[in-house]
Amino acid sequence: MSTDVDANAFPPAATDGLVMGKDGMAALVDVLIGRGFTVIGPTVRDSAIVLAELRSADELPYGWGVELEAGRYRLRERSDGAAFANAAGPQSWKSFLHPARVREWSADRVEGELVLTADQAAPSRYAFLGVRPCDLRAIAIQDRVLTGGAYRDPVYAGRRSGALLIAVECTEPGATCFCVSMGTGPAAGPGYDLVMTEVVDEDGHRFWIRGGSQEGAEILAELPGRPADPETRETARAGVTAAADRMGRTMPEADLRELMAGTLDAPRWDDVAGRCLTCGNCTMVCPTCFCTTTEDVTDLTGDHAERWRLWDSCFDLDFSHLHGGPVRASSRSRYRQWMTHKLGTWHDQFGSSGCVGCGRCIVWCPVGIDITEEAAALHDWTRSGASDDGAAS
Amino acid sequence: MSTVVPPLPYRVAGTRAETADTRSIELAPVGRELPSFAPGQFAMIYAFGVGEVPISASALRGRHGGLVHTVRAVGAVSTALYRMRPGDTVGLSGPYGTGWDLDAAVGHDVLVIAGGIGLAPLRPVVQAVLDRPAAYGRLAVLVGARTPADLVYRDEIESWRDPARVEVTVDRPGPGWHGAVGVVTTLLDRLDLRPERTCAFVCGPEVMMRHTARALLARGLASQRVQVSLERNMHCATGHCGHCQLGPLLLCRDGPVVGYDRVAQLLLVREL
Ligand SMILES: Cc1cc2nc3c(=O)[nH]c(=O)nc-3n(C[C@H](O)[C@H](O)[C@H](O)COP(=O)(O)OP(=O)(O)OC[C@H]3O[C@@H](n4cnc5c(N)ncnc54)[C@H](O)[C@@H]3O)c2cc1C
Ligand code: SF4
Ligand code: SF4
Ligand code: FES
Repeated sequence: MSTDVDANAFPPAATDGLVMGKDGMAALVDVLIGRGFTVIGPTVRDSAIVLAELRSADELPYGWGVELEAGRYRLRERSDGAAFANAAGPQSWKSFLHPARVREWSADRVEGELVLTADQAAPSRYAFLGVRPCDLRAIAIQDRVLTGGAYRDPVYAGRRSGALLIAVECTEPGATCFCVSMGTGPAAGPGYDLVMTEVVDEDGHRFWIRGGSQEGAEILAELPGRPADPETRETARAGVTAAADRMGRTMPEADLRELMAGTLDAPRWDDVAGRCLTCGNCTMVCPTCFCTTTEDVTDLTGDHAERWRLWDSCFDLDFSHLHGGPVRASSRSRYRQWMTHKLGTWHDQFGSSGCVGCGRCIVWCPVGIDITEEAAALHDWTRSGASDDGAAS
Repeated sequence: MSTVVPPLPYRVAGTRAETADTRSIELAPVGRELPSFAPGQFAMIYAFGVGEVPISASALRGRHGGLVHTVRAVGAVSTALYRMRPGDTVGLSGPYGTGWDLDAAVGHDVLVIAGGIGLAPLRPVVQAVLDRPAAYGRLAVLVGARTPADLVYRDEIESWRDPARVEVTVDRPGPGWHGAVGVVTTLLDRLDLRPERTCAFVCGPEVMMRHTARALLARGLASQRVQVSLERNMHCATGHCGHCQLGPLLLCRDGPVVGYDRVAQLLLVREL
């Protein structure tokens, strides 16, 4: 769905949608490819469920689940054959919308003149198949960061405007998920072109699929399936509702933005700094982290230079580099920057939280640092009154 | 539209040595021209193959009619810019960021306080006040530098003495220095400050700005009447790279010029 389109313009409730089997899923991928989309979806590769280009629905992770814990990710076979009963993998859609490495422009020295040339990349039209509700929100958040201000990032805008989003509601949250705390799932919010809920029971393996945009409705019309029956709809809704009660993690019951602003001096930051390796994994896997750096390179002739843009991480010592030294030299200050930005100052900068509760940062932290546990510790500290006696300053 | 607009080529029309490590370069468009800059706004200047850095406009119209930047050589890119000679070309984009709020100073006394190269983004403020004397009250310019040799725009500062009140101090005097010695805040005692009708514009190293702002508040200036220009690492200037954060602020977007009331607390947090 285009970023310029009002996400609510096409009410999802306008249709009760279809119920389709695995053949319908196969048809969906074929229809998308037929319409010229590059289809990206989950598939099993290198012992993980990754996001990659799909040539057919057979590549979906049918029968694979995941076991998630802090610092731990394991594939697990599922007897029910479900495709989407697995929580977030190591990648997110930002890898496609906000790529880790792009050339922005080139510069050439031609007879003493500087000639600057924009890079003419024509991005694919992506169809994202299997966007989790948390990730749907993450895309909306990156929309605001990269296209919602005075300047639009043309790279992101170009990839995003043509992207078709096919959401999948969650029925099988991971042990590290906390979308309920962040208000992002397990039911899908607005912004999708199509949304599916997977049901596997004695009546079979099926997908309840509804449209959320004009284009989504057009695609829906091409799919084999039967009008959604009340029983399937009910079972699907119940599965999503039950998922909300099975969240692996929760955030403390507090205004997280205030919590972050009020605990900048908390001793807990020293504690987490003792464990944090400042590797930046959490920022790489986070679906909303957007920071980049630039790299200017020249070729051997010295007459051709290129401007590249690369993902960067606030955990990198050079991130805050100023003549005279980095602003954030200690790992304490860098972890604090990351977490207070996610949960606190993101609100000031972009009008929402920067965390959607996907749990990726917990899973992919090599030492298992858990943002919900850190938030809880800060919350405990404020409630213990320790923050008022000046002990930490 | 999925292409990043590259900077525009600008040619060095003239240069002027300011100190041993600082030079002003005046830039004129080779072809298309950028929108005009306001005092306090900055450009991203690209040195071929080396990199791109934020540099404030230090004069909106130089002797050749171009945009002037004053660059202190501290690293790879700034040294490449410092070495520019007339005829060389750079890539320029901007104007970026908030400018000094001169409208707020209309009808007020204007107090400009600079430390070192911090005078560069303030020079257009002085010029704006000199250009429209009737719009403002009294103008005072306080300048601090490490040594007399680090003073930028020496001749020009002298030319401001009438009608402005100008005071200069250095941390370490050298032979032949007969002026004041000490930090720039000591110069405040020389002024007959009218705090309720003064707007202050401050730029220099962060510690200097903090001390100066506190000294001004102690003398009765309201913190929102004190504007400071802050520096952070900047890679994009468009609010997208995340490098210029100071707590809730993205300084390329919400700054670099901010009211001291918005940042006083933030500047107290170490390594924010
Ligand atoms: C709003 C604003 C206005 C400014 N105005 C002026 C002005 O008018 N005049 C002036 O002289 N200065 C000004 N500055 C400061 C000026 O931008 C810096 O001095 C300049 O960026 C230094 O760049 P450099 O390449 O010379 O130095 P370096 O210290 O080498 O840094 C250059 C860049 O390279 C990157 N870098 C450096 N080392 C590494 C590394 N090891 N690995 C990866 N990346 C690295 C840094 O991230 C940095 O952004 C201003 C700064 C700001 C924010
Ligand atoms: S901070 Fe962690 S849980 Fe929150 S969105 Fe980022 S990766 Fe997911
Ligand atoms: S948490 Fe760090 S890397 Fe992520 S967006 Fe914020 S500053 Fe950038
Ligand atoms: S300089 Fe990139 S966000 Fe401010």
